[in-house]
Amino acid sequence: MAKAPRGSARRQAAQDRRLRPSGFDDLGLRRAISDRLLPLLVAAMAFLAALAFAGALATATLAEHWRQGAAAELTVQVPSPTEPAQGGKGTRLDAVLAILRADAGVSNATPMSASDLGDLLRPWLGAQGDSLALPLPAVVTVQLVAAGATPPALNERLAAVAPDTAVESADVWATRLSALARSLQACAAVALMVVVAVAIAVVAVATRAGLSARREAIEIVHGLGATDSYIARSFARRAMRLAGLGGAGGAAAALPVLLWLAFLAAPFAEGGSVPTADQPLIALPLPLWIALPALPFAAAAIGFVTAEGTVRRWLRRLP
Amino acid sequence: MIRLEDVGLRYGRGQTPVEVLHDLTFQVPEGGFRWLMGPSGAGKTSLLRLIYLAVRPSRGRLFVQGVDIGRAERRVLPRLRRRIGVVFQDFRLLPHLTAFENVALPLRIAGRPEGQIRADVTEMLRWVGLAGKLDSRPHQLSGGEQQRVAIARAVIGRPRLLLADEPTGNLDDAQAERLMQLFHELNRLGTTAIVATHNDALVARHPERALRLDHGRLVSDG
Repeated sequence: MAKAPRGSARRQAAQDRRLRPSGFDDLGLRRAISDRLLPLLVAAMAFLAALAFAGALATATLAEHWRQGAAAELTVQVPSPTEPAQGGKGTRLDAVLAILRADAGVSNATPMSASDLGDLLRPWLGAQGDSLALPLPAVVTVQLVAAGATPPALNERLAAVAPDTAVESADVWATRLSALARSLQACAAVALMVVVAVAIAVVAVATRAGLSARREAIEIVHGLGATDSYIARSFARRAMRLAGLGGAGGAAAALPVLLWLAFLAAPFAEGGSVPTADQPLIALPLPLWIALPALPFAAAAIGFVTAEGTVRRWLRRLP
Repeated sequence: MIRLEDVGLRYGRGQTPVEVLHDLTFQVPEGGFRWLMGPSGAGKTSLLRLIYLAVRPSRGRLFVQGVDIGRAERRVLPRLRRRIGVVFQDFRLLPHLTAFENVALPLRIAGRPEGQIRADVTEMLRWVGLAGKLDSRPHQLSGGEQQRVAIARAVIGRPRLLLADEPTGNLDDAQAERLMQLFHELNRLGTTAIVATHNDALVARHPERALRLDHGRLVSDG
């Protein structure tokens, strides 16, 4: 078969484009579903979703950090610290410190200074507390090697050299912090769900407005034999494009805000490293780097599914 | 092809429904031609709406191309509609589409290849005298030209059933005659046709069997 001249093929392609431009809009949806309002509203939702997700992530990270800190610390109170230890040499405080520092599960044991102890008691005893000559116990702050791993039989071993010595773990605080973290995460999840619900409502309202505006065109196309899928997909593709655009805008707007917040929060996070000004991007945790690019796709999916469902329900009124 | 058994059509619900068609019983065989006549408000447009599946009968049984329309599932109707060509009294062209795109629409909905669409639509628009108006939108066309676009759209898919509601209303005598020749040609090739008209002269020039309606009732079929 003879090959068509290249110029002729080009003319044919140009004629095809003229007769059927790409993105053929038979229902006139470009006018019916606003290409400004819907992306703008979805962008706002995407922005809030990014903040909510970041909030949940930050809460979880900080709460875990605090919980780890609390669970890795013990407080030991030694009454009559200057009196001789039982069955040994030195004071009761020296004996307790010796046992603690010799334990492999303890990384550090530091007695609180008299002035620090005074600062702690001042709110209860007032400024004259120092002059009351009360028999105060020594307080030793103990850092454990691993969170929650209290050395075995520590109470008994300490009581053997300094009876009535009390060991207080921070389990209660750790439990409270866990509960707080779970509550804050639940709040963030609820906020995220509300944002998604509002985004769905926004797309549904825009789609219904489009259905109202293009009712006659829809009836004509329906009368020409278009299936529900044909009509619903036209709306869904348009809504998907606009919602995806809005999602991208929202994610882009959220990025600098999140970078700034992450930059501020970095010293409090695991490791406590402060990102330098020339490397601000390392401040953002990996889950956010995954979530932000996924936002436009999630918004597009919400747009597509919501518009398709809305149109299909509406079409059921036609025979 | 089309069979009605005691068909009634009622618009509205509740306490004030309006019964527009009463107990219609007739049939039009495959390849048949019928004029549909009657005064304004007789129910001609409502009967055509029933037959082109824009509404379902309120009672009785309506068969179109062997399908019981009252009982058919929604999903089977689009395929049936694609075999029906309709020329509407008010044209019902899509204002944002060009003449070419309006006529191409039924073929695109049916999933025809683009190359075939281009050739067929260009030829059809040439045939109705609109070869130079392919890119014109309806508001750029006269009433007669819009009607010819509507006619081209109705027949482009070689429908098995052709329905027309006052199709010559905006055409001059020569164009009306040409249109009737097209309808007769399609009818001769096997298309069943029902044409609603007030134009007695046109009916006199093309004597065919006529359904006459009055106040929603069939008063004659012959």
